[in-house]
Amino acid sequence: MNSVLLRADNISKSFGGVQALKDVSLTLNKGEVYGLIGPNGAGKTTFFNCLTGLYVPDSGQFTFGDTPLISHAPDKTVRQGIARTFQNIRLFANMTALENVMVGRHARLRSNIVSDILRTPFNRREEQATEDMALQLLHYVGISARAHDLAKHLSYGDQRRLEIARALATNPRLLCLDEPAAGMNANETAGLRQLIEAIRADGISILLIEHDVQLVMGLCDRIAVLDYGELICEDVPAIVQQHPRVIEAYLGSGAHA
Amino acid sequence: MDIFLQQIINGLVLGSIYALVALGYTMVYGILGLINFAHGEVVMIGALVSYSVMMVLVPSGLPPVLLALISVLVAAPVCMALAWAIERYAYRPLRHAPKLTPLISAIGVSILLQNLAMMIWGRGYHAFPDILPAIHFDIGGAQITLLQTVTIGLAAATMGILAWMIQRTSLGQAMRATAENPAIAELMGIPVNRIITLTFIIGAALAALAGLMVGANYSVAHYYMGFMLGLKAFTAAVLGGIGNITGAMLGGLLLGLIESLGAGYIEDLTGGILGSHYQDIFAFLVLIGVLVFRPGGLMGERVSERA
Repeated sequence: MNSVLLRADNISKSFGGVQALKDVSLTLNKGEVYGLIGPNGAGKTTFFNCLTGLYVPDSGQFTFGDTPLISHAPDKTVRQGIARTFQNIRLFANMTALENVMVGRHARLRSNIVSDILRTPFNRREEQATEDMALQLLHYVGISARAHDLAKHLSYGDQRRLEIARALATNPRLLCLDEPAAGMNANETAGLRQLIEAIRADGISILLIEHDVQLVMGLCDRIAVLDYGELICEDVPAIVQQHPRVIEAYLGSGAHA
Repeated sequence: MDIFLQQIINGLVLGSIYALVALGYTMVYGILGLINFAHGEVVMIGALVSYSVMMVLVPSGLPPVLLALISVLVAAPVCMALAWAIERYAYRPLRHAPKLTPLISAIGVSILLQNLAMMIWGRGYHAFPDILPAIHFDIGGAQITLLQTVTIGLAAATMGILAWMIQRTSLGQAMRATAENPAIAELMGIPVNRIITLTFIIGAALAALAGLMVGANYSVAHYYMGFMLGLKAFTAAVLGGIGNITGAMLGGLLLGLIESLGAGYIEDLTGGILGSHYQDIFAFLVLIGVLVFRPGGLMGERVSERA
């Protein structure tokens, strides 16, 4: 029996007259890779933004583990254990790969400003530990050779990996990936898939937005489909694939006839 | 006496002070994209508070060096608290307003502080006591006083520590991350508001030190001193490339040297028409020159106007 990690209850969000999310409710179990798919503009990224505190939902509530998430407090959300990457890569371009990951560790640091300035032994140990951990994570995602290069000098695929490493540095229980395979070639996608499977094997649940159907169907335990801001189906891949409303949303109603 | 070398020394002293103040401008600009025009006033408050503390303590007969130390230990927290309040009440409510709005707020704060200072300290010029004995060393025909040596050394040390802090500590990393992208920094768990406050406070501590240095080296402090000093330091920050820490240090030193050499030679250059009291011309010629020919400054990247 799986236990619930994340529950979304009736999340709604509109921008002006556009209803981006309409009463979306879903549950994500511990240890799952959970896919969130839907045509462009279906509200997937809006859902991510509400979840990670960038947007305040108009109504509805997220529950993470046993605690409700405070909306519009991204730094607190990340402390509670939800990390994310972005559809369009958003690294700190002028910092090194290693530093990017170390920044991700910030939420977990116990040093404060005073100890930072006084250079207490605790602070030094913690900084060293942060650097070691960041190096390990770079190794884990396979880009340790680029540790001291500026993020902007990394290849596109490596930047994606770096973003994942940075998110992992926050020590999340849930990792949200927003189109991680976008713009990747077949080789890079295969590598990404291995990486995601390794992350799952380490006990981190994953919420995945992705357009690459093969990747989603092969990787996800369960999938939710959004269309025009509404949840039209939530089930295992085999059933989602056959669901008439999903086929309609993706191919248009004519495809069914 | 070698005028050239002498003016180099004077320029380094002036430049060290400009650099300390310019850092305050550039750090805030780097993080908020805001030109904190009230920063010069923070320097002025630092100088006047230092002055008052010294005046109170002079009768106690403590050695002047100790007086200076105590006065900066009082002035720095005062300036830091002031900068905290300015950020909290004059800028933070306008964080998402159009860029011009906080700029006008900054000018308002600047006028307010000048007038407050005038009410507290009066309109007169206050003469600083001598902090260090009037010892001087001869180098190559020029003289450098003990005070000048200490000023340059202290400024260099302070800037070294700051640079190290920004490059090497987790706090510095958080500051750089916030400067690059506040929204993402927040998503990584960085308390962005606290980092912004801290940036203002660090700038204010440097300003307090600079205030004391101005007072000690030029023996005067008055309520209006922050205006010109602020403009010059701002020029230095622009010269170095605003938003760039190393640039501010370099820009400050360069501007000090340019001004100092300019003042030394302007009489010869203009055949005696303009005297050394026209030295301010140089700072603003530099400002105009940079804005026209290299708006990004010496160390700055080419900036494209963000819409």
